[in-house]
Amino acid sequence: MQIWEYSLESLSQALVKGEITSRQATLAFLNRIAELDPALNSYITVTGEEALKAAGEADERLAQGRALSPLDGVPMALKDIFCVENVLTTCASKMLSNYVPPYDSTVWQRLKGAGAVLLGKCNMDEFAMGSTTESSYYGPCRNPYAPDYVPGGSSGGSAAALAAGLAAYTLGTDTGGSIRQPASFCGVVGLKPTYGLVSRYGIIPYASSLDQAGIFAKTVKDCALVLAVIAGHDRRDSTSAPTQAAAYAEACDRPLKGVKIGLPREFLAEGVDDEIIKAVHEAAGKLAEQGGEILQVSLPHTKYALPAYYILASAEASANLARYDGVRYGYRAKRENLREMFLATRSEGFGPEVKRRIMLGTYALSSGYYDAYYNKTLQVRTLVKQDYDQVFQSVDCLLTPTAPTTAYKIGEKMDDPLSMYMGDVCTVPVNLAGLPGMSVPYSLSQGLPLGLQLIGPPFGEARLFQVGAALEAKAGKLPGPDFKNLIRTEQGGNSND
Amino acid sequence: MGVSLKEVEYAANLARLELAPGEKEAYTEKLSAIFEYMEQLQELDTANIPPTTHVLNMENVFREDSVSPGLSREKALSNAPEQSGGCFKVPRIL
Repeated sequence: MQIWEYSLESLSQALVKGEITSRQATLAFLNRIAELDPALNSYITVTGEEALKAAGEADERLAQGRALSPLDGVPMALKDIFCVENVLTTCASKMLSNYVPPYDSTVWQRLKGAGAVLLGKCNMDEFAMGSTTESSYYGPCRNPYAPDYVPGGSSGGSAAALAAGLAAYTLGTDTGGSIRQPASFCGVVGLKPTYGLVSRYGIIPYASSLDQAGIFAKTVKDCALVLAVIAGHDRRDSTSAPTQAAAYAEACDRPLKGVKIGLPREFLAEGVDDEIIKAVHEAAGKLAEQGGEILQVSLPHTKYALPAYYILASAEASANLARYDGVRYGYRAKRENLREMFLATRSEGFGPEVKRRIMLGTYALSSGYYDAYYNKTLQVRTLVKQDYDQVFQSVDCLLTPTAPTTAYKIGEKMDDPLSMYMGDVCTVPVNLAGLPGMSVPYSLSQGLPLGLQLIGPPFGEARLFQVGAALEAKAGKLPGPDFKNLIRTEQGGNSND
Repeated sequence: MGVSLKEVEYAANLARLELAPGEKEAYTEKLSAIFEYMEQLQELDTANIPPTTHVLNMENVFREDSVSPGLSREKALSNAPEQSGGCFKVPRIL
């Protein structure tokens, strides 16, 4: 088995036993990134030197039996939305293409403290707005399973890098599905924790009441191992929940007997591919075989979640992106007076999708429309949340599709934003309600990965790991991508030399 | 209910975004389509429903009013496009 094929857990065990060193693992990943990433474009910045230095330090600790955690010495990557001190952090935007943070995000600080080795910062949709990673200032990222297809978004780079074996695990953020959907499209596990479980300090904000940092991993257990390190209250994030990490890894081994799993009818209706609906029912059957109890449930306000989400997220984004004015950091357009500088900086620094959402949000918040749009959205949010509160009184967990389709071609939805937004129909309700959601890889459909979503009650991550591990065991390991496709693409691109 | 060109210009001004002449029409069209889709929210009777601004049951998260070191001036200016005398330098207002 190649180093890049190991799970986080098995790589950690190999490091502790001395079968591999962190330097060896890090070099293996760096070489593979150099080989495959020119075609894949999953990384914006590779921090090779810093990674090898950190790996060396990890090796010293490992040699003395002083591993800091199950993550010590294991190479990983961060979506380019997490601030890392002295490392270029761009949010895939021209606006921050020269931004070097003077501080670490809490998530990175905790991972660093656990011995994580940072390989680099991953590609994403600009300012996390998008579902395809096509809006990145640094160009689209490709799906390792099919290079002409999108990896999903906005954390497409993090998902693709993991699926292509360019990191042992990665981090992303999820505001409307930006971890779960790319996880489904790329055949990896993707977790969005309960809102408030993981600190948002040092994460460049998109929509403050919806954003959550989360994890991409090869297995459910790997995911649990990472969550144990990053979860828990942070006094520097005033929206951080007063709670600590739970016994996540243990939950993966709990038997399924007696666990009630709900199938919400609104998620298994028109608008979702037939094949995906079939997969959900098949998966439910497999969970029933293992002792789970399957119940039909209803979440009546589901269809209103999508329009509510887009108004709410855009409104919050318009406020969060007001800070980009060329004064203190980032891109500045040179002009003679301040107002012109603001206008030019923002018009030149932001891409079209970002501008569209700022406009949408500004409009929704403007006087005369505030009540009809923004306030209405907040009331719809209450109704959506109430649906889930109600349903979790009779079930422990929900099983749904992660996305209504599998991956589509690069360029297919660029001119039709509404059609792209519709792809979030299964994920956004979870963000509105602030609940934990996880996508688990289930099967391949015509060569493209298909994941299924588990939704838990607030702070029910242990339940997700319990059911997710059971589902994963029954689904079996997905065949990996055919990398020859990727290398062929790169060679094709150079044919004019 | 569509979005008019004037409303697009108004929002662009608030957001300090400069739209080129061709762009304004494109934005008006796209935003109109999006808002028409959003209209379905009006189907819901939310008369007595309280708004949810924050999903967690938390409010007034404070810390003790004690001074601790913040970002140094040097670090704070480290990404400044232009600086002068320890301050951020910008073009004049008028």
